[in-house]
Amino acid sequence: MTALEKNPRIWGLLAQYENPSTIFTACEKVRDAGYEKWDSCTPFPVHGLEKAMGCKPSKIPWIVLCVGLCGSTFMLWFESFAMGNLYPMVVGGKPLFSLPAFVPIWYEITVLSSCLTAFFANWILSGLPQPNHPAFNSKAFERVTDDKFFIMIESEDPKFDIEQTRALLQSTGATLVEELPS
Amino acid sequence: MSATTEATLPQDPNVRGDVSLDEPVKGREALVRGGHSFHEVTEMVLKVNELPVAKTPNGLKFGIALGGAGFAMFGGYIGYLFWMGPGIWGNNNPVGWAWDIVNFVFWVGIGHAGTLISAILYLFRQKWRTSINRYAEAMTIFAVLAASSCVALHTGRIWMDFYLFPLPNQMGLWPNFRSPLEWDVFAVNTYLFVSLLFWFTGLVPDFATLRDRARVRWRQLFYGMLALGWRGSTRHWVHYEKAYQILAAFSAPLVLSVHTIVSFDFAVSQLPGWHTTIFPPYFVAGAIFSGFAMVQTLMLPARAWLGLKDIVTVKHIENMNKIILLTGTLVGYAYAMEYFVAFYSGNEYEGFTFINRSFGPYSWAYWTMVSCNVISPQLFWFKKIRTSVAWSFVLAFFVNIGMWFERFVITVTSLHRDALVSSWDYFVPVTEVFFLLGTFGLFFFLFLLFVRFFPVIAMAEVKSVMPQANPHWEGYGHGAGHGPGQTAHASAAHGAHS
Repeated sequence: MTALEKNPRIWGLLAQYENPSTIFTACEKVRDAGYEKWDSCTPFPVHGLEKAMGCKPSKIPWIVLCVGLCGSTFMLWFESFAMGNLYPMVVGGKPLFSLPAFVPIWYEITVLSSCLTAFFANWILSGLPQPNHPAFNSKAFERVTDDKFFIMIESEDPKFDIEQTRALLQSTGATLVEELPS
Repeated sequence: MSATTEATLPQDPNVRGDVSLDEPVKGREALVRGGHSFHEVTEMVLKVNELPVAKTPNGLKFGIALGGAGFAMFGGYIGYLFWMGPGIWGNNNPVGWAWDIVNFVFWVGIGHAGTLISAILYLFRQKWRTSINRYAEAMTIFAVLAASSCVALHTGRIWMDFYLFPLPNQMGLWPNFRSPLEWDVFAVNTYLFVSLLFWFTGLVPDFATLRDRARVRWRQLFYGMLALGWRGSTRHWVHYEKAYQILAAFSAPLVLSVHTIVSFDFAVSQLPGWHTTIFPPYFVAGAIFSGFAMVQTLMLPARAWLGLKDIVTVKHIENMNKIILLTGTLVGYAYAMEYFVAFYSGNEYEGFTFINRSFGPYSWAYWTMVSCNVISPQLFWFKKIRTSVAWSFVLAFFVNIGMWFERFVITVTSLHRDALVSSWDYFVPVTEVFFLLGTFGLFFFLFLLFVRFFPVIAMAEVKSVMPQANPHWEGYGHGAGHGPGQTAHASAAHGAHS
């Protein structure tokens, strides 16, 4: 008894493609057919595929800008507060607020806070770490990180119809179309 | 076009394939030789990683054991230092800084090539970087670890090192944020963290490949956890590529700032020989120079032993040698300019320091440095030499030696002749050689473990610069001539994809 027979509700359809060229045109067709809850998976970022899918640009730059500015402002404030108020001490005849001498650490903390933000925002926006995913039930999907290209359309999608969706995927040059159990 | 380019690419991956540049973009040599498919690239890169632990190649086993022994000795040495204090070194008055700081600057400089390759070459869209960036980034991380252990140990009372960090304490006391040494703490730690983030981000898709191919439980768990559930989703790649770009954009000025700040440790002092404005660019050029030499030293044997000659081709070696030549020449210019400024300033202490540097008691170190750093890379002007694997290895080795001596010359010779003759002394190392060997043990132990268990080539990135990765590649029969990257390479292996 396969997983699918135990649980007849399916999560979606998975289609396999052999090269970047066919998945590129396939994505354009799936996008134009009006699907929303779908995705493509590739071993490397295929140039322009996000446009063929109609994805919006990432918001990461804005998040990094905001957090980076906060980190930067905080560190400059903290340096002047620690040196000038918390334990005021004149070193080398410099004024308590000695901006040029604060620049290196101010700069390093700006970089560190921005990079940490970019790093974590990347995984959080992608919903990772996500230890399991319905596509991992497919044996064929193991090649997604090697040399095969996949499109998956979720059954939750309002336009999803098992027969029509399967026909659409097959017509786009898929070499394999599988049902993914949920 | 395709037929002519194919004909000029020699079979031997150790020979540079010169293509006729009738069309500058198309006429470039393919970055991956041998007409491999994506799957063949995966197989090639993961060959060593996927061997069962018991079947680790003997050479690698021996290397890991040797590195581990060095690392263990380093641990013992740290214990000895902890027990005895820095009196086990030859440091004296006036030479208060010696091998501890020499080793630190040496290692942190080596790290810079990794970031240059991964960040600066990325921003300049130098696609050849994909074959070497993973390797170089790993080198960066382990080199910076070695550097931070040197600088953490040089403080003498190592159990007080937490004072370096701004930790809230009952005395309301904070580190002096105006001090170059404190800048250094922040610079090196930021550098270590950002390099780690960058490296790990790049590794995730490749960990996913290892996870998907793993058939043993511990591998599935180990790589599964590291891969974070990556599935190559395009919606994820959108964020991923943006985040990667931002990390690169921040790392590029970061790498320049780190060695600038390291040079401030010297340049902000009042000591003749250190107090020069040329130090920041001179240190950065030297760092990149030494780092590229170390990448060559590590990569040339690895590409032969791990069978990666089709991915790391002579084109890559030649490009790196060109950077070594450029930065080596910059370093030579900086040496000359230091002398000129010492002469032109008319300051007799400055003048004495530099004459003493080349003809004083440490002249042997100075001339070792000059012959290794200034003279030997000039041989790379000859194409025969810079495309020869053997020559590249030997010259890179000389550069490694020369750059260690550069830091020795800067640190020790500037210190050993103080303003009063009564404060003159000669520094002789006592047990420091174990310190240096110990950092090498740490570095090689971690590096060889990385080679054994992590993919040494950024597979996903290499695949993305292969001609058939372009959805509009002419081999797919969309008709020739639209879209870039149609490096003519239409072999039978690629035909199978169309």
